[in-house]
Amino acid sequence: MGNVSSIIFQRLLLGLVTLLIVSIVIFVAVNLLPGDFAELILGQGATPEAVSTIRRDLGLDQPLIVRYMQWLGGIATGDLGTSFAQLNFKTNLGGAGDVGVIDQILPRLSNTMFLALVTAAIAVPLAVTLGVLAALFRNTVFDRVANVATLSSISSPEFFMAYVLILFLAVLNPILPSLSNIFEGMSFTERLEKSMLPALTLTLVVTAHMMRMTRAAIINLLASPYIEMARLKGMSPMRVIVKHALPNALAPIINVIALNLAYLVTGVVVVEVVFVYPGIGQLFVDSVKIRDIPVVQACCLIFAAAYILLNLTADILSILSNPRLRHPK
Amino acid sequence: MSTIVWIVGALVVIAAGGYVFRLLGQMLTGNAPKYRDMSFGVAFGYVLAVALVIGTVWFYLQPTVVEVNGQQTAVASVTFFRWAVQAVILGSVAAYWFKFVGKNFGPEASRKAFRTMPLTASFGILIIGVYTFVAIFAGQIAVTTIIGLAIGFMVILAASRNRLNKDSHAGIGFLLFAILVICSVMYFVGPLAPYGQEEILGAANILPGGNTATGGDPAYPLGTDSIGRDILSRLIYGAQNTVGIAFVTTVLAFAIGVTLGFLAATLGGWLDQLLSRAVDVLMAIPSLIFALLLMTIASVWAPRLGIPLTYFMVLIIAVIDSTRVFRLSRAVASNIVVMDYIEAAKLRGEGLGYLIFKEILPNATAPLLAEFGLRFCFVFLTIAALSFLGVGIQPPLSDWGTMVKDLAPFINFAQFAPLAAVTPLLAAGAIALLTVAVNFVVDWMLHKSSGLKE
Repeated sequence: MGNVSSIIFQRLLLGLVTLLIVSIVIFVAVNLLPGDFAELILGQGATPEAVSTIRRDLGLDQPLIVRYMQWLGGIATGDLGTSFAQLNFKTNLGGAGDVGVIDQILPRLSNTMFLALVTAAIAVPLAVTLGVLAALFRNTVFDRVANVATLSSISSPEFFMAYVLILFLAVLNPILPSLSNIFEGMSFTERLEKSMLPALTLTLVVTAHMMRMTRAAIINLLASPYIEMARLKGMSPMRVIVKHALPNALAPIINVIALNLAYLVTGVVVVEVVFVYPGIGQLFVDSVKIRDIPVVQACCLIFAAAYILLNLTADILSILSNPRLRHPK
Repeated sequence: MSTIVWIVGALVVIAAGGYVFRLLGQMLTGNAPKYRDMSFGVAFGYVLAVALVIGTVWFYLQPTVVEVNGQQTAVASVTFFRWAVQAVILGSVAAYWFKFVGKNFGPEASRKAFRTMPLTASFGILIIGVYTFVAIFAGQIAVTTIIGLAIGFMVILAASRNRLNKDSHAGIGFLLFAILVICSVMYFVGPLAPYGQEEILGAANILPGGNTATGGDPAYPLGTDSIGRDILSRLIYGAQNTVGIAFVTTVLAFAIGVTLGFLAATLGGWLDQLLSRAVDVLMAIPSLIFALLLMTIASVWAPRLGIPLTYFMVLIIAVIDSTRVFRLSRAVASNIVVMDYIEAAKLRGEGLGYLIFKEILPNATAPLLAEFGLRFCFVFLTIAALSFLGVGIQPPLSDWGTMVKDLAPFINFAQFAPLAAVTPLLAAGAIALLTVAVNFVVDWMLHKSSGLKE
């Protein structure tokens, strides 16, 4: 096991380094903005005194490296700064006190996680079952229809899927609500019902990809001698595939599932906007539109971290599912 | 809840039907091998397919208007279902005839390609052709463009005379001549779009359909939007803007990615390390998120520099997507540079330019071409998503993503006015149709080149 744990340790370290570099990229990109935050907050009618005050308050008179270190230190202690919108609200209208970016992001992040989990719970079993069926009935009418259908659903934009589902399931046949109005203290079933349409849309997008990869991974193995042996023993095709091919195809399947989960966390932006789902993607787009830099920066970092983490998980799981690495000679 | 009960009930009935179907087959054919060895799954599949066909036909034949309490009420779902079925049938028939024409006319090489391609691929080629035609002739084509094309084609023909054999030279000449004829005809026919894309016409919010009794106007077949621009014209111009910008972006991404990828593979050393690590970092950030971050910054810069935001968007997406192209072209090229013929060329003393353009590029064309198709789809979808979120292609240019965003609320009226709900779906469907078409063609190309038979 020493071999595997050292490989995994290396991967974890590599992931951490990647995350650090990504944070530098994001920080530098944000600092490419002309002028600085102070002018952005105050807008057109900024007086020099006001600008210099805000600059001092936010520490913008410090050199770039010091500011980066401060930002990084803030992230480590859970302090992501305060959004411009909240600052404005506080100074101009005497608003709600100190609402940091972290307080804005956390509830929304948990909403997005909920959506991703619901989607995964529907999509993963569905995709693996359909993939096995497509491999079992390969080159039949079912396989052709599945091929055309999955290819179409992979290549359609998410909002097309979303609006078609809204049209058929919310407007023409009012089965599910078309707006995901989610708030604190809802019961679980109600919440599930409200987030069903966005989850179904995401399911359509990710199932197709996972199903194609499952089918390809299984078909790849069907030419192996041990599959032929199993067939010659007189096993039923279903049993050959489920008992003999599927366990050996697990590594690529797990990999593609993890990659699609990474897509679920990061690719939800458009779907959340369509259904007005109060997730982190919606917050991100809103902040992009009003150029609320601290929020954009923080969301970007969270998305990148989730993406890197899930890719890392995929990597580690595929190492763990490889018997040659688990039991070295 | 009752919906789930209905679905489960239907599945149970179909399962029973499958069992009976297999049993009947075995009894009636005297246990023929086909029925004797049929697994239950296959029998279930047959009955399910028959049930689906019957269900489709039955639902298609439902009346679109029913009388409830003495009032005529439209059943919108039947209307939409009919449109969807008609679109699928029309697409299949068009693809069939296109394949038929391609199979029987033209040079032998293209006839052979058409003979072996599946219906989906011929559908894809047909759609790509239609989109190109609409994109090019959306506005009035200028005389100078036609003359420029004629001169350019002449130069191409003269330059390629000695390099190609006689038949393919004649074939290319005929193709270029046909393009010139089409351009000239379209010059006299005029623009495809009835109005300009920015033109604000008299009345706003005219419903589609052109029926004055239901709030339409025959002058605007698809109606007008909330500030009185003709939706049909904007859809047609959308082909030019959305597809054109996506195409330019993809070409740019390929120019950057392939150049750097080939250089990294041929030169190796620290350049390769530097570029590969930089690409690793850029690829660790999800592309749509990174594009949104950079667009935020660009949207501050754009007005200060006086450069339209759309240029920034093209550049940003090209750079982000070139990382993926870099990965592929580096992988392909590093498989080629270890070949003996590269060694021979190096020993002959050929320069870097000769190696890249004459030795590596011709051998890397097939995978790069397939990647171009896929990359175009991704770029196209990213641009559509950005525009849909409101930070992509900016007005007054019309584009499909923005149109979907602006017209989306009309979907909620589908129950009472099916026509009103059609326009946002048309714009979204236009995006989906093109990406589906390109994917069909790429899928066929990959399948053909991989030689997979299973």
